[in-house]
Amino acid sequence: MAIKTRRLRDIPLAFAMLGPSLLVLLTFVLYPLGKAVWLGQQTCDVQGKNCKSVGWGQYTNVIKSDQFQHALWVTVKFALITVPIGLALGVGLAVLADKQLRGMRFFRTIFSSTIATSVAVASLMWLFLLQPSIGVLANLGWLHDIFPVIKEPGLLKDSGTALWSVGISSIWANLGFTFILVTAGLQSVPKEMHESAYVDGAGGWMRFTNITLPLISPTLLFTTVVLTSRAFQAYGEMDLLTNGGPIPQDSTTTVTYLIYGSSSIIKNNDGLQAAVAVLLFVILLALSALQFRGFGKRVHYGS
Amino acid sequence: MALDTAPKGWRSFARYSMLTIVALFILFPVYTTVIAALKPGNKVLDNPLLPNAFTLDVLKNAWTEGRLGRYLMNTTVVALIITSVQLMTSIASAYAFSFLKFPLKRLVFGIFLSTLLVPLEVTLVINRRTIDSLGWLNSFQGLTVPFIATAFGTFLLRQVFMQIPPDLREAAQMDGLGHWGFMKEVAIPLVRPTLGALGLFSFLASWNQYLWPSLITTEDDMNTVQTGLRHLASSDLDKPNLIMAGTIIAAVPILIVLVVFQKQLVRGLTAGAVKG
Repeated sequence: MAIKTRRLRDIPLAFAMLGPSLLVLLTFVLYPLGKAVWLGQQTCDVQGKNCKSVGWGQYTNVIKSDQFQHALWVTVKFALITVPIGLALGVGLAVLADKQLRGMRFFRTIFSSTIATSVAVASLMWLFLLQPSIGVLANLGWLHDIFPVIKEPGLLKDSGTALWSVGISSIWANLGFTFILVTAGLQSVPKEMHESAYVDGAGGWMRFTNITLPLISPTLLFTTVVLTSRAFQAYGEMDLLTNGGPIPQDSTTTVTYLIYGSSSIIKNNDGLQAAVAVLLFVILLALSALQFRGFGKRVHYGS
Repeated sequence: MALDTAPKGWRSFARYSMLTIVALFILFPVYTTVIAALKPGNKVLDNPLLPNAFTLDVLKNAWTEGRLGRYLMNTTVVALIITSVQLMTSIASAYAFSFLKFPLKRLVFGIFLSTLLVPLEVTLVINRRTIDSLGWLNSFQGLTVPFIATAFGTFLLRQVFMQIPPDLREAAQMDGLGHWGFMKEVAIPLVRPTLGALGLFSFLASWNQYLWPSLITTEDDMNTVQTGLRHLASSDLDKPNLIMAGTIIAAVPILIVLVVFQKQLVRGLTAGAVKG
């Protein structure tokens, strides 16, 4: 009986302590998810009002549409550009800086520095480099003589180079983050293991592939997962650098840009936006499950 | 260095050369940004790689005419509100999950847990409609309220609270220490380092938000630094030095925050990544 009253006595306090969080999470995370699923089978007027159901077939229509498939393909390409290159560069930098030498703190600070840039700051820095009329590269005569695409039509306006250009800006912006994570991973590798392998005659590359890489694999998995989900949710880069363009190929219209972009074809259609958002949710869920299952087995977590 | 095979001098020289080259590559966009921001308009495109002119007027212009001062103030207010309220709601809910007994605890905990699976990008279509119907477009409420609670922070703090032995709570209760006292004397001091990392991360995340403010802000007065830069870039594309000056002004506060809180940053970032 005493236990029972204790159970009940805490209720008002628990309510007061959990209520605010619960209200916010329900209103702005769970309700919108459910509502988006429902809105995804509706169609509204351009103001987003007077929505009425048109049937769940709207989801299949979206999946079958060229626009969605194109955006998904662009997103996948963007991830395939930014994640492996970003990870490889981060590991390379971290290995390069993983030595107790004088001045190493200075280099580490520089290598970490891009973590201080927001997506808007990083994108505008790169806009100023790449833009075809006011950009730095376009105003270096010798450079655009060799690569005319820099000036005409411009790296961000050529359908062959636009996604790569946005990707490079994004890789640069994430490099500090990747560097910090991998450096911490490297520091957790015990020095004795390297030394005994060295005594056994293992060269630098062999030690790297046989000792370092397996031991930092949890870090690499975590970094890969974060970089991939960032790539799939990237928006600011496209908004500032290309507006999803160049048109008509829409070379940088990713799924997120398709939902929210100011020059997206569905920008005035709340029903379709909701449907694509729900599909993005499913894709991201499947992706993280896949990554943890697929790579998880090969990751070495020590004992 | 026991592991070096080549003569030590050569090895260090090769490494320093590589480090320097890579550092120059990484700093190149920053360099072009800074020298552009310090040049008057007519000199910007002359020779974009050389600092062949110098003025501070552009930075001043970006602050006043470019309204970076206003944007910075908005962002500071937004980030401070989100961070402080988030810390309070996280402490409260983590405490409730750790030390209070109430029915349906597992269900409520499950609800918190499930929100971690929902990416921001998925909810904003509806949140924009919600904020609109509340009349909160172009307002601080709209920019902050959706983010003032976080399941992530709740879990992080609960993790630490769970290390407190239940006996300690009971002993405190015997001594007449209520929940409020226990929280102030025992629980909060214990999570102080975690609060530091959590606070830093929510500050950075809310400072750097881009998509959400761009969806609910149409009046220039309510722009944050991020959406303000977007506004600046679209309205003054013919003044690259002004845009670059704005970019620098936007970046400096975060740079300072990161230098001051370096330790919390690295500890927080690596907590999830390294199993050790």
